[in-house]
Amino acid sequence: MIETEQLTKKYGDLVAIQNLSFKVEEGRIWGLLGPNAAGKTTTMRILTGYLPATSGKASVAGFDVFEQAEAVKQSIGYLPETVPLYPEMTVESYLGFVAEVKKVPTARKKAAVDRAVQIAGLQTVRKRLIRNISRGYKQRTGIAQALIHNPRVVILDEPTIGLDPAQIKEIRDLIKSLKGEHTIMLSTHILAEVKEVCDGVVIINEGKLMASGSLEELARSFSQNDGVYLKLDRIDGEVLNLFQQLPGLQQASLEGAEIRLEWPWGQDLRTQVLKLCLDKKLEIKEMRSLAMNIEELYLRIVSGGMEQ
Amino acid sequence: MSPVWSITKKELISYFTSPIAYIVIAIFLLLSGFFFYSLVWWFNTQAMQMAQNPYYFQQVNINQMVFAPLFHNLSIILLLMLPVVSMRLFSEEKKMGTEELLFTSPVSVIQIILGKYLASLIVLLAMLVLSAIPTIFTFVHGNPEPVPYLLGYLGLFLLGAAFLALGIFWSALTENQIVSAVLTFGTLLLFWVLSWAAYSARGLWQDVLNYLSFFEHFDGMTKGILDTSDLVYYLSFAFFGLFLTHSVIQFRRWR
Repeated sequence: MIETEQLTKKYGDLVAIQNLSFKVEEGRIWGLLGPNAAGKTTTMRILTGYLPATSGKASVAGFDVFEQAEAVKQSIGYLPETVPLYPEMTVESYLGFVAEVKKVPTARKKAAVDRAVQIAGLQTVRKRLIRNISRGYKQRTGIAQALIHNPRVVILDEPTIGLDPAQIKEIRDLIKSLKGEHTIMLSTHILAEVKEVCDGVVIINEGKLMASGSLEELARSFSQNDGVYLKLDRIDGEVLNLFQQLPGLQQASLEGAEIRLEWPWGQDLRTQVLKLCLDKKLEIKEMRSLAMNIEELYLRIVSGGMEQ
Repeated sequence: MSPVWSITKKELISYFTSPIAYIVIAIFLLLSGFFFYSLVWWFNTQAMQMAQNPYYFQQVNINQMVFAPLFHNLSIILLLMLPVVSMRLFSEEKKMGTEELLFTSPVSVIQIILGKYLASLIVLLAMLVLSAIPTIFTFVHGNPEPVPYLLGYLGLFLLGAAFLALGIFWSALTENQIVSAVLTFGTLLLFWVLSWAAYSARGLWQDVLNYLSFFEHFDGMTKGILDTSDLVYYLSFAFFGLFLTHSVIQFRRWR
């Protein structure tokens, strides 16, 4: 649905992004992750047709971003980093205006506005001036604006920046509810957001692609085995020995006060581990996945761990 | 609905929900009313004196004595005030980040420029139409010639349209509205001064400077003469301004 190939953008001598190639499949939520100034906004601006690329190719919804700009613009809903609002308009008249410039047929304009208001939860403020609504509602209005023409692809640049925790949760829930119907790409530097909302990520740093794929694929590419850390009420050589005899298990080792169990990817032994503990009357205090969490992944990738 | 008109509507909402349009129109009406009143008063005293002498009485002409100077005064007021109307057109979008919305919409840059320009022309039209209301009474109580009167207003509109086209160009170049207004104002003054320079120039230079000056082309219209070269001048000036605006926007994005 979104695809780039060797995408490069230079501002004079400054290279904003360099040879970026990635792919986002239809109906998924993809995160564009990277530290500040990594080139996230530039990438999104190129995809939406706001900026031209220096070289490379990009396509959205099957249209070439540079050759078929108008068709691309018609199939994208875009929330830029600064929410593009006209404070002197009401929420409703603003959405009406956006519907018009996005070429929603006049007969369907009202329905489109109602739908966007509904999805973004703007019912209580629809008649108010944008100037007077809260930050959270402004952000929602921005999202409503991106959805007004029911685009196939939605691109959101830092949709939760500057909001309070409750508002962040609301916006994330809103984004998750859009999944399936729209293909969504959102940029962020908040890792928890990716973990909660996204199916996959494109990680960039200093304009270069560091990694891309679903969260599981990325985790796999970093460790050979899946597995768990296990904390029990009793840990000794005897217990360890019990686990070592579990069929299918690759390795069981003692790591601090925990037992580290490893098995090959795609072969979940969690149930067997549980059964064993029940049989042997071992009390499980804690069990957590061995797979690297997103924070570890991100730090390793951004610090160059991926370039093997 | 045409995207041009959508943009125009949005701009008009901006003009008329902020104080800008009201203040500009009110001050323009105040000044034009003052000039009109004092010109009529002066015309009255002159006419009284001239009525003593049958020969001079033939010379009394309300078009020449009231409207021609009124239109000249109004043209200068437009020069001072229209930069305020055009200054926000692109500067504000750039500053507020809303240009990202416009330029990622399936609307062409030409349509965006035309929509904005049309909105500023409507504000200009409102200024002129409202200022014309008191002058209608001269037709009730006297008999001015309608052609020079109407051509004078047409001239003011064309002149204003050229000013606005220059203003929209400057506003596309900066995100600061004050800078945009000052640059517009400065350029307009420069064109005004060209007609002074034309007085002292000789030969071809004089013709060139005269041709370039805004006000030379305006003179004929206040006398009731419609010359196509004047029309061409204003229209091509406006076209050139819009064309440059388009180039600036494209250049900024594609550099």
